[in-house]
Amino acid sequence: MIRTALLVAAKDLRIEARSRVLLWQVVPFGVMALLLIGLAVGPSATTTRHLAPGLFYVVLVLVSLLMINRSQAVENSPGTKTSVTMLGLDQAGVFIGKALALLLELAMTSVVLLVGVVLFLHVPLHGALIASPSVLLTIATMSVAGTLYGAIAAGVDGPATLLPVLALPAFAPLLIAGERSFASAVIGGALAKWLLILILALIVYVAIGIILYGALEES
Amino acid sequence: MTIAHLENAVVTLAGYPLLSGVDLDIEERSVVVLTGPNGAGKTSLLRLLAGLETLARGEGNVLGFDLLHGDRRQLRREVGWIGHEGSFYNELTVRDNLVFAARSLGRPIDDIPVALQRTGLVERTNTLAKRLSAGQRRRLGLAWLLVRRPSLWILDEPYASLDENGRDFLNGLITEVIRQGATVVLSAHDPLRNATFDVRQVRMEGGRIVNRDVQ
Repeated sequence: MIRTALLVAAKDLRIEARSRVLLWQVVPFGVMALLLIGLAVGPSATTTRHLAPGLFYVVLVLVSLLMINRSQAVENSPGTKTSVTMLGLDQAGVFIGKALALLLELAMTSVVLLVGVVLFLHVPLHGALIASPSVLLTIATMSVAGTLYGAIAAGVDGPATLLPVLALPAFAPLLIAGERSFASAVIGGALAKWLLILILALIVYVAIGIILYGALEES
Repeated sequence: MTIAHLENAVVTLAGYPLLSGVDLDIEERSVVVLTGPNGAGKTSLLRLLAGLETLARGEGNVLGFDLLHGDRRQLRREVGWIGHEGSFYNELTVRDNLVFAARSLGRPIDDIPVALQRTGLVERTNTLAKRLSAGQRRRLGLAWLLVRRPSLWILDEPYASLDENGRDFLNGLITEVIRQGATVVLSAHDPLRNATFDVRQVRMEGGRIVNRDVQ
């Protein structure tokens, strides 16, 4: 399973490196969204700093939906799916590999967005640094959940429009836990319980994905 | 030796029969060509043999794997497939695709230069698959199979989009893999002519075999 996961993750990252869609389309979209939201909120540093964790995660969710769609689209182009199915890969490994690649892509995007949060939304640099572990945990859970919902959406017509309908309700608790832990890091407050919720969600989604991903792909 | 055996095989899609009672035996190191009009069931039969379709009724055994109760994932690892559309990741280079196929099955990547040479894709090694012509894409699919070295080659209309040179190349390749011990099942709209190997032609209509061993 681990060998397959590393193989699939390397393949997905290589596709992104070759196509540069992440670099030239997704990341600029995220930065522009963050900038526009910052402008819409207004010039008050106190207000933007207070709203920054929530705004950061709203943008991150939008960006993650683009990435999940793309992660599934490369598998479902005509002919590719059948040929890869014929390789008989361990589907649990494929699930972990795709989630791992998504996590690394989201991590790179998050670094850029955190810089944007510091520059545009007046969050202190040390606050952003303290929030980084909770951000990593949140995007890990989003990557795993997103890979699962991406596979579900890929099996029906209109996957790009169906994915937000499926994924956003599932992302909502993650968004809340992520925002709360980020806010706790920036302005103080209880951090541990939010991290615990994220860890539990991560474990549950990994377990569900390992069990169900193969059946979803077969169907 | 028989490597595939189907008896009254039925495959359905949403209750509609794609195959409605197919009986077929395929011998090792033979070339079987399925012919027939669109919708005859050629692709469905190929997909069943590849472990991509579920057997709804009847019996089936391919390369020792029971199609009703066996592990179809293991069967797929032994079968090579080329469909209508191509068989790879469009946004990876020719070489990247072959490395992925080889590593997926634990095959040596040393075979890749040989496969590229054999399929005439050496100069396209670092070209993205999406930039290949239709004929080159077909050749990449064949290179993918050469790297995989399956015991059963299943080719869905492999002569489509090939020019005369491409057809000669494919005929030569089929001759070579048969000599090496593989078995080939392919589909075509019309019976193969000018093939350089012995062919068993099977005609299908309406999800059934209507005429077998046509020469």
